[in-house]
Amino acid sequence: MSLAGQRGTRPLSPHLQVYRWQLTSVLSITHRATGMALAAGLVWLVVWICAAASDAQTYAWVAWFNGSIVGRVLLFGWTACLFYHLFNGIRHLFWDAGYGLELKETYASGWTVVAASAVCTVASWLIAGWA
Amino acid sequence: MSDLRSPIARARGLGTARDGTHHWWIQRVTAVALVPLTIWFAISLIRVAPEGQAAAKAWLASPVTMVALILAIVAGFWHAVLGVQVVIEDYVHAKGWRIGLDMAVKFIAVGLAVAGVVAILRIGFGG
Repeated sequence: MSLAGQRGTRPLSPHLQVYRWQLTSVLSITHRATGMALAAGLVWLVVWICAAASDAQTYAWVAWFNGSIVGRVLLFGWTACLFYHLFNGIRHLFWDAGYGLELKETYASGWTVVAASAVCTVASWLIAGWA
Repeated sequence: MSDLRSPIARARGLGTARDGTHHWWIQRVTAVALVPLTIWFAISLIRVAPEGQAAAKAWLASPVTMVALILAIVAGFWHAVLGVQVVIEDYVHAKGWRIGLDMAVKFIAVGLAVAGVVAILRIGFGG
């Protein structure tokens, strides 16, 4: 059979939705999703810095948006993404160094990351006095 | 065989055993750099962000902020570009779109990083 013919009859690996949800895979895709969100957050950080360097009117507009409901939701989301990506990133660095790869350890570190992210996100907003 | 090229011709341009881990490695180097920078950034922003423009400018103008934030912006955008590139490679299958999008992301990232650094220097040196 030609290569092109084989392509049509090759067995496919099972689709994503047949697998049971588990902490490890959810945290894995969350790391990627938070990374993408943070890339967008970097754009807004630069907007904020440029506004600070600009006149009062421009800064007032950015500050107004940050204080709006949409702005607050975005900033809270970015805070959560930042802490999650930071803590899970450290988890990844330990894996890269060869530590914590046993199944039990990955679950323990996974829940630690979830708890630490939640605590730091809420604490940041409480301390900053916006909540 | 529908391809008349030699195996070496097909392998060329796809990376070698020597530099194949370059992307992976730079992502780790920037990740390690970003750990302390992110912690510093988060703690600083909690204090500064609720204040007004004057406080933001005063914070941005301090030498420690200038150095750390410029490092954070450069390492952050570099790390982000590498991450976005992998996502584009995974989900965008049309070759033209894949290359075009990746290039666009890199241009935008470099542009924004330079804009951020210039804005910090402008505040710091009182432009």
